[in-house]
Amino acid sequence: MTHANAAHPLVEMRDIHVSFGGIKAVDHVSIDVYPGEVVGLLGHNGAGKSTLIKVLSGAYKRDAGEIFINGEKVEIHNPRDARAHNIETIYQTLALADNLDAASNLFLGREITNPLGFVNDDAMEAETRKIMGKLNPNFKKFADPVSALSGGQRQSVAIARAVYFDARILIMDEPTAALGPHETQMVADLIKQLKKAGIGIFLISHDIHDVLDLCDRASVMKNGKLVGTVNVDDVTDDDLLSMIILGKKPGEETITS
Amino acid sequence: MTETLKKFVAGLELDTRMLGMIGALVILWLSFNMFTDGRFITPRNIFNLSVQTASVAVMATGMVFVIVTRHIDLSVGSLLGLIGMLMGTLQVHILPQFLGLEHPLIWVITIVAGVAVGVIVGAAQGWVIGYLAVPSFIVTLGGLLMYRGAAWWVTTGQTVAPLDSNFRLLGGGAEGTLGEGLSWLVGIIATIAAVVMMVLSRRQKNSHGFKLKPLWAEFTLGGIVIALILGFVTVMNSYPLPKGAVRRIYEARGEEIPQFAVMHGIAIPVVIVFVIAIIMTIIARRTRFGRYVFATGGNPEAAELSGINTKLLTVKVFALMGALTAIAAVIASARLGSVGNDLGTLDELRVIAAAVIGGTALAGGIGTIYGALLGALIMQSLQSGMAMVGVDAPLQSIVVGFVLVLAVYLDIAYRRRAGQ
Repeated sequence: MTHANAAHPLVEMRDIHVSFGGIKAVDHVSIDVYPGEVVGLLGHNGAGKSTLIKVLSGAYKRDAGEIFINGEKVEIHNPRDARAHNIETIYQTLALADNLDAASNLFLGREITNPLGFVNDDAMEAETRKIMGKLNPNFKKFADPVSALSGGQRQSVAIARAVYFDARILIMDEPTAALGPHETQMVADLIKQLKKAGIGIFLISHDIHDVLDLCDRASVMKNGKLVGTVNVDDVTDDDLLSMIILGKKPGEETITS
Repeated sequence: MTETLKKFVAGLELDTRMLGMIGALVILWLSFNMFTDGRFITPRNIFNLSVQTASVAVMATGMVFVIVTRHIDLSVGSLLGLIGMLMGTLQVHILPQFLGLEHPLIWVITIVAGVAVGVIVGAAQGWVIGYLAVPSFIVTLGGLLMYRGAAWWVTTGQTVAPLDSNFRLLGGGAEGTLGEGLSWLVGIIATIAAVVMMVLSRRQKNSHGFKLKPLWAEFTLGGIVIALILGFVTVMNSYPLPKGAVRRIYEARGEEIPQFAVMHGIAIPVVIVFVIAIIMTIIARRTRFGRYVFATGGNPEAAELSGINTKLLTVKVFALMGALTAIAAVIASARLGSVGNDLGTLDELRVIAAAVIGGTALAGGIGTIYGALLGALIMQSLQSGMAMVGVDAPLQSIVVGFVLVLAVYLDIAYRRRAGQ
């Protein structure tokens, strides 16, 4: 396994519980990720994957449970806290302000300012041009609001924002859902590259093949509960499917939920 | 021919929507000038227009931020009335007891107190909207009723007069102008500042290796800006003071009454408008606060996920609106020289109309300060022009209402075609 030599997981979410007015959206779930590892989160719509991950990114508040980073307990109450711990998130909705240009979105909440405290748009555009040159060299629309961009271009802005600020922990919520084959390949290459750099990645996906190709481990959720976490090399796609659909771990006979 | 014209306009990189508004304003002025036999485009009328627009224009710059963050403020007219009444009472009934009548500090203390009230009331509304999640429409509709009632209570409906004479200068009467010499000085400083900013911006863009505007475009734009500034000063400096006012002013100073014509120059409230417009433009474009206002308007959820405290931002936006309402109250009451119970009535609608005609989208995320100023000027031109032509008051309201709806429709149609 990739994390055999790390003492602590990079992130450990322990016994997380979130409920929305009586409905247990996340029911005492524990997951973790080690440096340089990709952990897939699988499950149907409404299984609780996005809710669980939004607790880590600070968008939702948990009702119970603890979060550890490098073995130390941390408090994450809002997106600012998460960013302070170098947790970056690419949301399924992309979370872009459509009326602003790429550079303003990339630096939103972390603007480059000059010594007088005014935002320096030219410097931000220059940085955006640099990172886009690496991620998506075809990207040229720096002056337009992001509403004028294609789905793939918008996605690359969201990815650039997560990667630019030295992420240690990256959360990707359905990063390829809106993309064509060429751009999906681009994202896959990027994940491999980030993995090599020692970043821990949670990858939420519907697509079992994405998970089998890119992930080291997979955690499967159903009805807010964790069905189980498996090494991807040890299971077949049928095993994963039965975990998602039946809530059954490989080798188990009964349904746990 | 049209091809070269298109290229020319594209090279200038101007906002085509703004060009449309300027076009509408020019047509409006020319038609009114025709129907009034040349009385509309005169130094005298342009001076009056600039003073009449000032109060609404100040509030319209704040309303841009409010509407951009997907809110509305219906309370500004009533709040203007309340603050005007409080400031009137303070300078007429309270401060003279301690300082003596016409003490030079009275106007300063009055304005500081007025702005403080504006900030506190605005922040309180913003807190209810941001933290308690009551829709801004309801909160400020409640405010509209409450502040008008509170204004009545301050003096049980009595008009406060006469206001402090230093305070009255801020309303732009015969004395409340810069005069010829100072107006030229301000015009020249503004010209130099505009040129320096254009040069600095070009230099910084060049240092990052970005594509630059062609030099002819920079010179054309610079020329237009300089012509506008100096043209405005020239017009304001061509409107002579009435002989009686000249005598009064020079006698008060103990100087000999001049035989030549003394000109108005730029009115002080107009200077206030320009200073506020520049500050608000800098806030909108060059500060994090301004960036967050626009980001929140474009996508509140994204702003929140980017770590922006959108609730606190709402409080700040409404507090700023309150401060600007207080400044507008200074201008409005100083112009009249007294504070009546109806000061600012229906101003909320004029302010919202100015912002919206000026291109602020009610859906949020889009709006400019210069647009709101142009919108305020268009609204005021329409009203003054119709009054000069002799249109009946009820018909005036009908026309203004119709123009508001038409302007927003044209805006929507334009945005759809431009694919925004």
